[in-house]
Amino acid sequence: MSIDKFVTLESSCVPLPIENVDTDQIIPARFLKATTREGFGDNLFCDWRYDKNGNPKPDFVLNNPVYSGQILVAGKNFGSGSSREHAAWAIHGYGFKAVVSSFFADIFKNNSLNNGILPVQVTDGFLAQVFDAINENPKVLVKVDLENQTISVPAKGISEKFDINPYKKKCLINGYDDIDYLISISENIKAWEAKAEK
Amino acid sequence: MAGKTLFDKIWEKHVVANVEGGPSVLYIDRHLIHEVTSPQAFGGLKARGIKVRRPDKTIATPDHNIPTMDQHLPIHDELSRFQVNKLKENCEENGVLMYGLNHPYNGIVHVIGPELGITQPGMTIVCGDSHTSTHGAFGSIAFGIGTSEVEMVLATQCLMQSRPKTMRINVEGALQKGVTSKDIVLYIISQISTGGGTGYFVEFAGSAIRSLSMEARMTICNMSIEMGARGGMIAPDEITFEYVKGREFAPKGEAWEKAVAEWRKLPSDADAKFDKELHFKAEDIEPMITYGTNPGMGIGISGKIPSLNEVEAASVNTFKKSLDYMGYQPGDAMVGKPVDYVFVGSCTNGRIEDLRAFAAFIKGKKKADNVTAWIVPGSKQVERQALAEGIKEILEAAGFELRQPGCSACLAMNDDKIPEGKYAVATSNRNFEGRQGPGARTMLASPLTAAAAAITGVISDPRTFLS
Repeated sequence: MSIDKFVTLESSCVPLPIENVDTDQIIPARFLKATTREGFGDNLFCDWRYDKNGNPKPDFVLNNPVYSGQILVAGKNFGSGSSREHAAWAIHGYGFKAVVSSFFADIFKNNSLNNGILPVQVTDGFLAQVFDAINENPKVLVKVDLENQTISVPAKGISEKFDINPYKKKCLINGYDDIDYLISISENIKAWEAKAEK
Repeated sequence: MAGKTLFDKIWEKHVVANVEGGPSVLYIDRHLIHEVTSPQAFGGLKARGIKVRRPDKTIATPDHNIPTMDQHLPIHDELSRFQVNKLKENCEENGVLMYGLNHPYNGIVHVIGPELGITQPGMTIVCGDSHTSTHGAFGSIAFGIGTSEVEMVLATQCLMQSRPKTMRINVEGALQKGVTSKDIVLYIISQISTGGGTGYFVEFAGSAIRSLSMEARMTICNMSIEMGARGGMIAPDEITFEYVKGREFAPKGEAWEKAVAEWRKLPSDADAKFDKELHFKAEDIEPMITYGTNPGMGIGISGKIPSLNEVEAASVNTFKKSLDYMGYQPGDAMVGKPVDYVFVGSCTNGRIEDLRAFAAFIKGKKKADNVTAWIVPGSKQVERQALAEGIKEILEAAGFELRQPGCSACLAMNDDKIPEGKYAVATSNRNFEGRQGPGARTMLASPLTAAAAAITGVISDPRTFLS
């Protein structure tokens, strides 16, 4: 098994300058009845995106043709609340490969990394600059370089380093899956259990 | 060398291996699963051609998606029925014990773990549900995981986890009358925000915490995720041991004595160092109520919604969006605001003590005509206890109805949805937009504050009813 590889990405962005976006907004609970991982992208941000009759709300950013791209840029504390991995599946299913914010909730961050989506945590100041750049030019390109752990807006000449756990970085660059690794050390687990259960 | 924290002691005992530059491989003692976040994980196992590694450490119950009426009938919603059946099928194929619908032990996963004695001090416990932090009340490391991680634990009984930082939150002193553990945790979140605990595992300590019952402690640990924390925990003590003793899965006889001796070693050492430490005074805490769309947007019930100039400039738009959704104005008082629904239940406040507190409050009074109330026990055992204690009769005499157990209107995956635009006082854990149904407006509160709202039909201070 493997996850999507992530090395570098240069794309225009979809801005969502709202703070504390919780996973209930990303994918409402009523869509959690599925038993496979597919199809969640259609309902990403469903209640912000569609009215109750299923018509697109024109003022929501995903319905605004001016904005598109594989990078979602969101206000601080993105992905708080429920542990539902369906939120990461919805973001992935819609076509985003990276999410930029100044703060991520822990479980969402893990879920993203386990699905090949890179959460890029930047400073509040840099996030504001990215939002400004998108405001100025909705097609502005943002570049994420995982190897060098940098995010930049070449047109504005701004760039910042971001942190990522070295192990997770290796997994993303190579498309490795944690479970394959854990299965590969199953003898160690067995030995640990034998000792602990004595 | 500095002493160890409760967290350090349990964590270090469960590390199977450390990955260079990366996370630890953490051994998991108990894996709780439910119907919503497990099917894709079982699907993953199938694709790999493997089975659950330790079915004896895995326990399942359907809870999120089940109706709270007519549970003896087949589930009418096709997708829900399919998902609940899928759980049964997956458990049967893998030899996992499941307490299905109508089983005397069925209930919300975080209610049945403790009441069956599955949850014990010193354990590592995970579940594909963020409120797994509930089990930390016993002095265990318990936290919510995503479905890929559920698959990881099913496949290997281990989890790749980076070690979080530690925080201790001390609450000292005595609570005012009418103030509950729900108010303590809503107060803390209102002070530190929904991101204030992110990156940390929190230990709740201090005299106000130590004096709480196990169920009240569970309410606090349950909501540690709402401050962003990886999990919450409370040092085990005599109250903990007394609660666990004699329960179905608790150690018995000599094994019990041995276990308790080990558990007594768990509390944080006097010289243990935490990465962060916070202090609150119990007497500062009022009954709490939320006014916005995240659990950090809470105030003492006699307080007012912040005015715009009290909100950080960068957060003003998010704040306005939230109040717009709620239909409130900055500076509004909460007392006297209309209430359409009252929901008592969930893994936060759906235990017998919650039902007792609610019933004692409304006994001899009448439900307000404008209020629809859903009283939902957290498990079949809680339901049976409520019947045995006459709580059902007290509720019915006051115009309330006791439903059947499940997650219910906490996340509204079943039919228990608050209609669009309606106001609900809920004893659950989240007031996010649409959490209780599309367009529903939620105010989080304790069972006592919910009871006061149910009787008066408006937001009311429960203390005015207590002699």
